[in-house]
Amino acid sequence: MAWFLRKKKNILTPVDKKKDLPKGLWHRTPSGKIVDIEVLRKNSYVSPEDGYHVRIHSKEYFEILFDNGNFFEIDKKVISKDPIKWEDYKKYTDRIKEAKKKTNLYDAIRTGIGKIKGLDVVISCMDFSFIGGSMGSVVGEKISRAVKYCIEKRFPYILISKSGGARIMESSFSLMQMAKTIARLTQLRDSKIPYISVLTDPTTGGVTASYALLGDINIAEPGALIGFAGPRVIKETIGKSLPEGFQTSEFLMDHGFIDLISSRTELKKNIYNLVSMMM
Amino acid sequence: MEYLDFEKEIQEIKNQYLNCLSIEEKSGVNMREVCIQLKSKLERTIKKLHGNLTPWQRVQLSRHPNRPYTLDYILSITKKDSFVELHGDRFFGDDKAIVGGFGKIEDNTFMLIGTQKGRNTKERQYRRFGMPNPEGYRKALRLMKLAEKFHKPIVTFIDTPGAFPGIEAEMRGQGEAIGKNIYEMMCLTVPIIVLIIGEGASGGALGIGIGDIISMMENSWFSVISPESCSTILWGKWDKKEKSAEALKLTAEDMYKFNLIDEIIKEPLGGAHFSPKKTYKIIKKQILKYHKQLSLYDMKTLIKKRKNKYISIGCFNEQ
Repeated sequence: MAWFLRKKKNILTPVDKKKDLPKGLWHRTPSGKIVDIEVLRKNSYVSPEDGYHVRIHSKEYFEILFDNGNFFEIDKKVISKDPIKWEDYKKYTDRIKEAKKKTNLYDAIRTGIGKIKGLDVVISCMDFSFIGGSMGSVVGEKISRAVKYCIEKRFPYILISKSGGARIMESSFSLMQMAKTIARLTQLRDSKIPYISVLTDPTTGGVTASYALLGDINIAEPGALIGFAGPRVIKETIGKSLPEGFQTSEFLMDHGFIDLISSRTELKKNIYNLVSMMM
Repeated sequence: MEYLDFEKEIQEIKNQYLNCLSIEEKSGVNMREVCIQLKSKLERTIKKLHGNLTPWQRVQLSRHPNRPYTLDYILSITKKDSFVELHGDRFFGDDKAIVGGFGKIEDNTFMLIGTQKGRNTKERQYRRFGMPNPEGYRKALRLMKLAEKFHKPIVTFIDTPGAFPGIEAEMRGQGEAIGKNIYEMMCLTVPIIVLIIGEGASGGALGIGIGDIISMMENSWFSVISPESCSTILWGKWDKKEKSAEALKLTAEDMYKFNLIDEIIKEPLGGAHFSPKKTYKIIKKQILKYHKQLSLYDMKTLIKKRKNKYISIGCFNEQ
């Protein structure tokens, strides 16, 4: 027997003697590049190696976009009720509690007011980590209030979408949030205030079919999944495999639904440029 | 006539009743007593079975193969030869899953638009099972703008399992088409009446479903997702559809209770497919009633009311 063969199989170190490596020092992109987290943070969470856009949360977007990361949050503690007493294998109320605990958020969207290069703006940003960034009553209400605030103060509105779609657990109430948010957006149009929609990975379902593609300007991050129906559903329905690059930002731009694809590192500059020319 | 699995008892009695009638006709034997008895038994049985339907049974009824579809309603309630179907979105093509055109109900001209299903396999494929592509929504919007131009009220009929999930649909912007329709319908300067006559699933239904009055027929449903898809997503298997139907609170009764619709339209005994003619009469009466109600408002007030209604929907707390 060769000397290098293990005589005993399996891992023998007991669990309590296991050495933990500190987490979060490195990020591995899908193409296999390893990037230092600190380098990533300084580059707006875009991998300098291959341009991969790491999924980030409202916290990071606010840091990246607002001057010096300064903003104040409005409507922070709007929380979901359970309008239809939903229960699948978990209760909806329990899901919300868990999500709150896990993410330290109150729901899947936050609204911040601050400045971009000295220009007053309102930014609402969705959080995918909260029940898949799903849109329920709270998301609808917070967008509605943010738009109202924009109309009153005449501030431009920036909405960053990152969502799996409408929140099933609120059934028709979440469906109606599509209509609710759009009703408000028509008022924003009447007030002639710019609305910039930023689509990030992923933006699907009821969000795509409501406010996400209705911006005066639609900006997408590179390589994001954007679509109405989910790729799996389409595949199952038509029984064919999907073309490469289907439902990506680039696909949507090619078909005429996105004004511009912007790297996250350029996002602030692009938003400022556009808004300052429109106002 | 086809019967659903829970309606077997109705089928038996109805067959007996029809037999009796034909015997009487053929042989001349007086079967009147028996006929009357059977008829009242039939009514009692329907009342019993339909008096306590589960949400899933409502879903089944909404998909009943004999249930009237949009064009059945339009052709039955409009004045003879007045309805002219108009085609195409003037950009890409003509979607067969959405139909529309001007038509006269009594002396009033309406723009009548709706999702359309097919009766047999060939027709069903032709109509894409009532699942519109983007050009369908864009055709609908074009027709609505036409109605607006000539100050004609709009009636939409909703009966769809959802917008079509396909490669081409995504290429042509299914999401944008639906969003744009909602956006524009919010501001149309003519009254809009929305009738949910069968299935009302998700954004696909909402794409022609914004209006001043929203009514649902007794055996229709309205939800963010179909019970089957819900079962697959949340339970990981498709056979929890009954449970999903219950959990989604998708019946007309639920929707009325939640204040999300204005009225439930009662169907004749046994459902719309049991007495289509009666159903058409009911729908015609309702449309004229709503039209009268809405014509009391000036358009500025109506649009403000419309927007505020949607803006106020939601269920949340604030700490």
